[in-house]
Amino acid sequence: MASVTFDHVFKKYGDVTAVNDLNIHIEDKEFLVLVGPSGCGKTTALRCLAGLEEISGGEVRIGERVVNDVAPKDRDIAMVFQSYALYPHLSVYDNMAFGLKLRKTPKEEIKRRVSEAADTLGIQDFLQRKPRQLSGGQRQRVALGRAIVREPKVFLFDEPLSNLDAKLRVQMRSEISKLHQRLQTTFIYVTHDQTEAMTMATRIAVINKGVLQQLDTPQNLYDRPNNLFVAGFIGSPAMNFFRGKLRKDGDKLLVDTGDFSVVIPPSKSKVYENHAGKDVIFGIRPENIHDADFVPANIDSEKVNVKVDVTELMGNEIFLYLMSGSNNFVARVDPRSKLRVGQQATVAFDMDNFHIFDAGTEQAIR
Amino acid sequence: MAVPQNTPETAAHIKRIKKSSAAPTPQIMKQGALTPWLYLLPALLVMSFFIVYPMINTIGLSFQNRDGTASAATTCVEGQSCWGIFENYHYAITAEFNTSSLQAFWKSFWSSSYGNTIKWIVVMVFGTVAFGLGFATLADRVKYEALAKAIIFMPMAISFVGAGVIWKFVYDYGTQQSQIGLLNAIITTFGGKPVAWLSTIPINTFMIVLVGIWIWSGFCMTILAAALKSVPDEILEAARVDGATEWTVFWKIMVPIILPTITVVVTTMVINVLKLFDLVYVMTGGNFQTDVIANRMYTEMYKNFNVGRGTAVAVVLVLTIIPFIYLNIKRFMEQEAAR
Repeated sequence: MASVTFDHVFKKYGDVTAVNDLNIHIEDKEFLVLVGPSGCGKTTALRCLAGLEEISGGEVRIGERVVNDVAPKDRDIAMVFQSYALYPHLSVYDNMAFGLKLRKTPKEEIKRRVSEAADTLGIQDFLQRKPRQLSGGQRQRVALGRAIVREPKVFLFDEPLSNLDAKLRVQMRSEISKLHQRLQTTFIYVTHDQTEAMTMATRIAVINKGVLQQLDTPQNLYDRPNNLFVAGFIGSPAMNFFRGKLRKDGDKLLVDTGDFSVVIPPSKSKVYENHAGKDVIFGIRPENIHDADFVPANIDSEKVNVKVDVTELMGNEIFLYLMSGSNNFVARVDPRSKLRVGQQATVAFDMDNFHIFDAGTEQAIR
Repeated sequence: MAVPQNTPETAAHIKRIKKSSAAPTPQIMKQGALTPWLYLLPALLVMSFFIVYPMINTIGLSFQNRDGTASAATTCVEGQSCWGIFENYHYAITAEFNTSSLQAFWKSFWSSSYGNTIKWIVVMVFGTVAFGLGFATLADRVKYEALAKAIIFMPMAISFVGAGVIWKFVYDYGTQQSQIGLLNAIITTFGGKPVAWLSTIPINTFMIVLVGIWIWSGFCMTILAAALKSVPDEILEAARVDGATEWTVFWKIMVPIILPTITVVVTTMVINVLKLFDLVYVMTGGNFQTDVIANRMYTEMYKNFNVGRGTAVAVVLVLTIIPFIYLNIKRFMEQEAAR
């Protein structure tokens, strides 16, 4: 159990900067998820922490100890790899016991810890099997078990679920969450899947092009994204964006996209008043666009005329792919909605939940 | 039928369909049973003529006298033990041994072609595999990997006779005044005494083995390097995070994972060494107690012109090699089955 700190960490490969001035302090017992598109440097950051990559600048600390020049074996961490990385020539038991044997743990102790971990993960029946005789899900459990038995200070996960099928992934997700609660240890988890990040993390670090975009709780990231990238990355389906201009019309402040304009409610207009006349990007999440016939009570809504392009019935909701002039966007509406493909319709934008970004800097205007 | 173009294929296809509807066995299946044999036939013929027939003939000759005109039993010497028709084998197996006492037998065994072949197998197989594995591991970590490997593999491109000649120069023992041998030149430069590397027993055999190692290490390296490359990096990284030193990673992870390949290389090398002839022939001609089984076969056959004895040694050699070939094939089949 320990905190982990990235202090101005750089990782460069020749001219390419994979990790650019990364600063994160991860509290003890925290479940931090590093998320970002592939190639964004999140795995590199994790590997720097594991000691599998040397950092080009800055400081990595585990607890109070600077580990820049400490070999992976001496960092007291355990890592779960995307490919499971089980030792193919060893049985499941020996795979899990490998690290303990190297640390000269007494035989009885090894046996106790391995069977305990096997119990937790439901792999007692496979202990004598070789990895190739196991299914993907079972292998993943063994990889988890191998990490657990070590009782390390920090657990590292490098996209551990991306080789599993969708159903198993959901199941393992909740098991890893449970494991975190049970073990009360620092977890650092890398994924490109924002759903995994949202469901498991206590805090999420969104990384793009090697740069930390935002570090916050899942709810805050969702509700108050710092910039256009975070807004588009977190949430599925993604937030809709409309290019437009902030315009003053008498008392009213509105966003004019050219095809339609929406009025910013007076309660919120204060923040944006100074930016009138600026080119902005207006963002609104699909669930904040309603079928005009099913607008929830007590919200400030703005009507927009659209053409329905595609509908996807999900059962509990409907995804509408809409067009308004040159803008394409998605709405997630009440399943009772009667809108059909090709129809001209009116939808309501929930003006209590929208985001405005500076079109130049792509930073949120607050 | 809407066939857009009546190409030869479609025509043949239609014909086949028509035929198959009439005959109980479709034509295509009959063809499947016969055609492969047809294609195999040339290879089978060539192999029978050049491998199977000579082998049978060799076995036949090994039971006959020195020019294949009478049974081997006629070569028995009066008053000495005789194995009858197996007399050539009697010679091939026991002639080099002094059976007067256990000690004498022990001594004569280790200077015989059999003893030397065992020395060759142990030292050369161990040497080539160890160097091969070492080079493969190290080459994997240097910047100019391809270049390093090419240099180590290079001796494989030299013929064994050529290599033998080169090393004969290196080992050359000149006169007291001038040493043209590289090794002795180095030794005398540092004030040492020159050594007759190829005629001093027992080091001479090992000096020739060294040449063998020099040649074959590159071969072992290439195969083992390919196996090492197939070990996923993540497994090695997992071991490092798990607490393993580089040494432990090598012995506890890498070597066990590539063990099947190591086994194949070892058996292949054993077969190679058993058949080894050229180096000994070129460098010492089997003199100074450096003879090996394959060179002895040649000596009996083409120096002593004793066809019976020569073929008997050949058969003994083949019988020694067969178990290793069997092992190799078995391994290979297991690997294929595991796929």
